[in-house]
Amino acid sequence: MYLNQFLILAAALFCIGVYGVLARRNGVLVLMSIELILNSVNINLVALSAMNGDVTGQVFALFVIAVAAAEVGVGLAIVLLIYRNRRSIDIAEANLLKG
Amino acid sequence: MTDFLNDWGIALMVFLPLVGVAIMMVIPGQEEETHKLIALVTSLGSAVMGVLLLQNFDYDRTKDLQFLVDQRWIEVINARFTVGLDGISLPLVALTLLVTPLVIIYSWNHIPDPGNAKAFLILMLVLHTGMLGTFVAQDLVLFFVFFEVVLLPMYFMIGVWGGENRLYAAIKFFLYTLFGSAFMLVAFLALYWVTGSQTFNLQDLAAEVASRDIPLRTQVLIFGGMFLGFGIKVPMFPFHTWLPDAHTQAPTQGSVILAAVLLKLGTYGFVRIALPILPEAAVEWAPWIGLLAVIGIIYGALGCLAQTDMKRLIAFSSVAHMGYVMLGIATLTNFGINAAIFGMVAHGLITGMLFFIAGSVKERYHTLEIKRLGGLLVQAPHMGWILGFTSMASLGLPGLAGFWGEFPAILAAYNPAPGLSVSLFRTYMVIAAVGTVLAAAYLLWLLQRTAFGTPSEEFAHDDHIHDTVFTEWVAWVPMLILIVVLGFIPSLIFDVTNAPATVVGDVFEALGR
Amino acid sequence: MFAAEAAETAVSWFYTHAWVIPALPAASFVLILFFGKRLPFKGAEIGITAVAAAFVLAVLTTFTWIGDVQAEIASHEEGTTTEEHGTTEGGATTEEEHGTTEEEAPATSEEEEGLASGEQAAPAAPVAEEEEGGHATRGAPILTERTWFSNGADTFRIGTLIDGQSVMLLFVVTFISLLVHVYSTDYVHGDRRYTHFFAFLSLFTAAMLYYVLSSNTLQMIMGWELVGVCSFGLIGHWWEEKANSDAALKAFFTNRVGDIGLLVGMITLYFASGKTFDVVEINSKAISGETSHTALLVASLCLMAAVMSKSGQFILHTWLPDAMAGPTPVSALIHAATMVVAGVYLIGRLYGVFWMGLSIPGSSINAMAVIGAVTTVGGGLLAFVQRDIKKVLAYSTVSQLGYMVLALGVGAYTAGMFHLFTHAFFKACLFLGAGSVSHACHHSFDMKADMGGLRKYMPKTFITFVIGSLALAGIPPLAGFWSKDEILAGAGVWPGTEGNGDYWMPFVFGMITAALTAAYMTRTVWLTFFGEYRGHAHPHESGPRITTPLIILAFMAVVVGFLNLPGPFVETLGLPAGIAHRFEEWVEPGGIASFPPIDHANPSLTLAIVASLLAAGAGFVVLRYYKALYAKDAHAAEYTDGLRSRNTLAAAGYRVLENKYYLDHLYTGIIAGATKGPIADAAYWINQNIIDGIINTVGKFSVGLGRFVYHFIDQGMVDEAVNVSGRTASGSGQFLRRIQTGQIRQYATLMFGSAALLAAVFIIAI
Repeated sequence: MYLNQFLILAAALFCIGVYGVLARRNGVLVLMSIELILNSVNINLVALSAMNGDVTGQVFALFVIAVAAAEVGVGLAIVLLIYRNRRSIDIAEANLLKG
Repeated sequence: MTDFLNDWGIALMVFLPLVGVAIMMVIPGQEEETHKLIALVTSLGSAVMGVLLLQNFDYDRTKDLQFLVDQRWIEVINARFTVGLDGISLPLVALTLLVTPLVIIYSWNHIPDPGNAKAFLILMLVLHTGMLGTFVAQDLVLFFVFFEVVLLPMYFMIGVWGGENRLYAAIKFFLYTLFGSAFMLVAFLALYWVTGSQTFNLQDLAAEVASRDIPLRTQVLIFGGMFLGFGIKVPMFPFHTWLPDAHTQAPTQGSVILAAVLLKLGTYGFVRIALPILPEAAVEWAPWIGLLAVIGIIYGALGCLAQTDMKRLIAFSSVAHMGYVMLGIATLTNFGINAAIFGMVAHGLITGMLFFIAGSVKERYHTLEIKRLGGLLVQAPHMGWILGFTSMASLGLPGLAGFWGEFPAILAAYNPAPGLSVSLFRTYMVIAAVGTVLAAAYLLWLLQRTAFGTPSEEFAHDDHIHDTVFTEWVAWVPMLILIVVLGFIPSLIFDVTNAPATVVGDVFEALGR
Repeated sequence: MFAAEAAETAVSWFYTHAWVIPALPAASFVLILFFGKRLPFKGAEIGITAVAAAFVLAVLTTFTWIGDVQAEIASHEEGTTTEEHGTTEGGATTEEEHGTTEEEAPATSEEEEGLASGEQAAPAAPVAEEEEGGHATRGAPILTERTWFSNGADTFRIGTLIDGQSVMLLFVVTFISLLVHVYSTDYVHGDRRYTHFFAFLSLFTAAMLYYVLSSNTLQMIMGWELVGVCSFGLIGHWWEEKANSDAALKAFFTNRVGDIGLLVGMITLYFASGKTFDVVEINSKAISGETSHTALLVASLCLMAAVMSKSGQFILHTWLPDAMAGPTPVSALIHAATMVVAGVYLIGRLYGVFWMGLSIPGSSINAMAVIGAVTTVGGGLLAFVQRDIKKVLAYSTVSQLGYMVLALGVGAYTAGMFHLFTHAFFKACLFLGAGSVSHACHHSFDMKADMGGLRKYMPKTFITFVIGSLALAGIPPLAGFWSKDEILAGAGVWPGTEGNGDYWMPFVFGMITAALTAAYMTRTVWLTFFGEYRGHAHPHESGPRITTPLIILAFMAVVVGFLNLPGPFVETLGLPAGIAHRFEEWVEPGGIASFPPIDHANPSLTLAIVASLLAAGAGFVVLRYYKALYAKDAHAAEYTDGLRSRNTLAAAGYRVLENKYYLDHLYTGIIAGATKGPIADAAYWINQNIIDGIINTVGKFSVGLGRFVYHFIDQGMVDEAVNVSGRTASGSGQFLRRIQTGQIRQYATLMFGSAALLAAVFIIAI
């Protein structure tokens, strides 16, 4: 078993996630892309922990999953509110914080 | 009575206006007449307290603080509520007590746009308290607080009731002065820590600094902080640019108070705080202060010659006149300091008067552009004469108050305190003397363009232009009389300031030996 | 003892209460200002009453003074038998005088009780007679002072100083001021600012008297400036016209330039003589050598600048002709008789300082004498080319003031003061006469266009004007002759005169001026009063309020010269010896420490004759010239026409005869013409274009400099520095603001981009 395969998978997932965050305008899809990024990190963490025989990485991955769940919860709530206010979840239009 | 005055006199005088403010707060703004009345009564009440104090003042020991009150205030840092009156503060307190009621009287029918007499007069009274407090405070923290209290009302006065460019001027005034104050505060705190005496009391600090061996470098730096704070307020030459803007944009009343009293806070600070506490540093700084002073004299005059706006011209003339005051201070002699205090009072009366006139001209002609004016003597003869008289006073004509601020300062520069370069100060003296010619040039030029000649086509048939009205007479006559009286009997002020100024001067005399 | 008795009489009420004299017109000023317009005569009556009262007081003071001085001389003559005795007596007299003044002083004024103090300045100790017992002590100044204010340990006093010089000017000022007041009631009748005019006249009189009576230099500065302001106000009396207010401003500025010298000079003297403004003390210390010579030299030169501006000396004289824009009575009072001599008076007041500072005795040249000499000739030349009768007189005043300064410069103190005295009368007479003429000619002052032949219409004015002109020209036995002659003798170069040095250059210039003066006054009189009338008005004699002052002044112009008859003259005519040198005895102090030991020049009969002939000859030449032209064309409007064309071409032999061997041309064309034409024109050109040009350029330059400093340095740099710091803060904020778009994806891009960048750096670095 090669570590490389996992790392490549993680990198691929990460890139897809980043692409999704940057390119998609749909709020839900952006959140899902973030999920992809987080999961790519999880894969890295688990793979490296397995290789090093140290469980800390796996514990971390569990943390990340938990936090990601919370994050998605908050994120979806925000998206929902934006939708209610603007009848759109296009994040390009959500620029209230413009300076 | 005397006991009462000793304990409460100064406090009442200073804080009485705030009582008026409290009353005015609860009265609705529509009742303008009531507000004017309350403001006048409180300012007069404060003036009456002042007169009582002046009456009970012991003129044989003007160098001591009288009516001294020393109460606990902020114990953590050992700042105390210390107020007192001596020969240096007395003339300035008297000046303030005189000018504020006159300004309020003038406001009777001259509330500038956009109206709202209530707010305007409240600010005026707060200003009054701040100014009086600064002149009587004998504790650095208290001094600083009063010094800053003055800022805010003035800021609003310019910012709300000012001219077209008021916001810029107001913010510039505020930030510039605050910038200086920051350094001043640092200097005060440095004194507190460096001396290790844990006191803010002026007298104690002077003694502490003298008794401890503080490195000259440190002293010079601390003096530098004060110099920035006071010098910007004066304003001294490169820090003067807020002044023309503030004056030009401020309403008449604001300009008068600014010129008559506010500028003196800076020079007073030098005489009261910077020189006595840090004499050794003062000797180091004096040539530079003198240099900036004479540059200010010539530079201010040249600035005046270039102006096209009457009010701005008068504002620039302040830079030149305060130059004489600072030159007097820079000589570090009792004569110079006497001259400086006289100069402060004289400049307060004269330039205050000039701003009054400028305000009234603006009210009638709706412009202060010199080349559009002319023939004031034809259309408003009394006002024209008053302008002529005040210009003469301003250019330092002997026999009027301005002379006694100018000539002794020049005289003192011939023979500065020991330790200062005599040839350098004599050069300053000659330059300052040249400044008197330039002063004549710009003031007479102003007089010729505005008062002489015939009215321009534009205003020749304007019925709105009328001569001096009652409230103007009431506000102006006391100042005009004082200008003459002080011109002929300068001992009125010199006798009061002489003893404390000699105390300051003797410090430098002893230092140079 | 005898001396004590003399002292009792010496300090009379008039000396200790001299302050009343300026106080009267000062009160009149205030009264006229506030109540003048409501009175039947618009305030003139107050002014005249006050000045008349002041005049009476001044006359009484003068007579008291003369009596005292005569008594002192008499007492000295008694004392000379035992020389030692005489010396102590002289000393006692002076000290006693002061002692008595001290006692009286605190009681003199109730209103200033708060300021009153018993201390008095230490009197001048008589020292001169210690060296030279022959000197009589006379005319010691009498001080009445009280504390004005104090500064540290130094006390400043205010008070009056009575001595010969101040008494003399008291008389002159009040006398001429009174006449001018009376004259003005007619002359400015119906003026738009009649009341203000009188108010200012009163103020001026008060200020001038205050200046004259000053006991210290600080007061002198005050008086000096105050008269300047009155001059400003009166020159600009008709300020509606810009030309008038320009002239007023010019006068004030020029004087202010001189004031730099005044301030610096007085301050130098203050410190150099040990922190005192006291005139007597400054002089005493200067003469005794206590004050350093350098300080005295600096002070004298600085004060000379002040004198140059106030007394119209080259190169600061240009304001004086312009000052003629004011009403004529003002020109007579201020710009001829009194204010402009303030500079001369200043020199006399501080004569000890100038004497030592400029090393007047035993020299042959010094700054003061040179300035006076150049002024006197320069002014005289300029007077030739004027069309305006008042300008002729103005330049003539410049020239005569130069004479006075010259006299003081060569050490002839009495001559200078005497000329000041006589000049005041005849020049006031001339100015008022010119005013009378213009009153008759539609207020024109143009001699060529609007005058001529007026002697038929206004005989009184004509006669008084001619008397004034003759006195000015120095024709014996009128006033100007005596004073001018003394000045020329005082230069000390004519054989047998032996003055204080050998002042050749001033002497020569003085002689030239003697001729010039006669010549230009002849021209003026001719153009105004002879020939045919060229104007379009109906000239008529002026009213009694104008002619009476003229007659009085003309009378004075005849007689005042006899006050100081030279010794040889008196001897030659066999008159009683006592009447010689009266003025000198009264005005010039003798044998006191505060006045320099002056050597008096011996009057010379030959010099008097030569100088008079010179003047008469010059007048005659000009007269011939005008008569010749008049014979050709009685109505010639422009008398100068043809002058230059005729003397540029050489004529044929036939014309030599026709022109009477060209003697006329030699007299009139070449000598008078050259003086009148090219030289004077050149001088005037230099005056108008170079000297005046410099002043104008300096004025324009300083305004330009002001603009430059304001726009580029103040607004562009100093203020800009403040604004730039503000703008930088706000600008950087503006810039950074753009980054914050509110677009999440943009933030994310930045974040990922930077992360990638950091990662790359990380990888490369490690």
